[in-house]
Amino acid sequence: MTLSAFGARLQVEPFDAAAEQAALLAGRTDLGAAVCFTGLVRADDGLAALTLEHYPAMTLAQMQAIADKAAARWPGVIGTVIHRHGRLLPGAPIVLVTTAAPHRADAFAAAQYLMDWLKTHAPFWKREEWADGTSKWVDAKASDNDAAAQWQATPAP
Amino acid sequence: MVQLLYFAWVREMIGTDSETIALPAEATTVAALLDWLAARSPGHAAALADRSRIRVAVDQNFATLATQLAAPREIAIFPPVTGG
Repeated sequence: MTLSAFGARLQVEPFDAAAEQAALLAGRTDLGAAVCFTGLVRADDGLAALTLEHYPAMTLAQMQAIADKAAARWPGVIGTVIHRHGRLLPGAPIVLVTTAAPHRADAFAAAQYLMDWLKTHAPFWKREEWADGTSKWVDAKASDNDAAAQWQATPAP
Repeated sequence: MVQLLYFAWVREMIGTDSETIALPAEATTVAALLDWLAARSPGHAAALADRSRIRVAVDQNFATLATQLAAPREIAIFPPVTGG
């Protein structure tokens, strides 16, 4: 158990989104909204696999730092963040963000915030592999940076 | 001594995932360190050619080109992150 209202985990194996959400909500009767987001490997243009490299000494600490920022920004919201690494096939889950709050606006907002920050501030790199054996590193998207920057421009509620 | 770590295509272009160096006296900032590193080999030069595509963490905290280097132990150099 982490002391933060938001826990973060890094793992190779798949996660069970329903079980993670159930664990988050267990024993609570004060919550009125639960959000569960799963990011998946999308088979764009015949993608065969996606490999996620990361910075072992930094990744989990950075994920927890992002989770702690969400906890500070939305008191009363709880959540779990799980990110996988290694080689993943199309359709496989990559990342889980599950949040819960007394009301839906905070649960949605915290989940969106966590994803926007994971995309831009957690040290992972995706490499795409194609059926013909070629592969290439994914380029960072300006739209992801814009999404994360939006939160910095918006004062905490 | 400083441990340098490389990730993703920076690692592939330099040809190793880590190296240990004595921090040169002129490497007082991240930018100066990258200038010094780029002269180490053609692979380093190619990997670091476009500084706008390089990100750096000093002792596991994200840094900028202007970050001062005060006795760092670990410096990681990598492309913009693409997780999530």
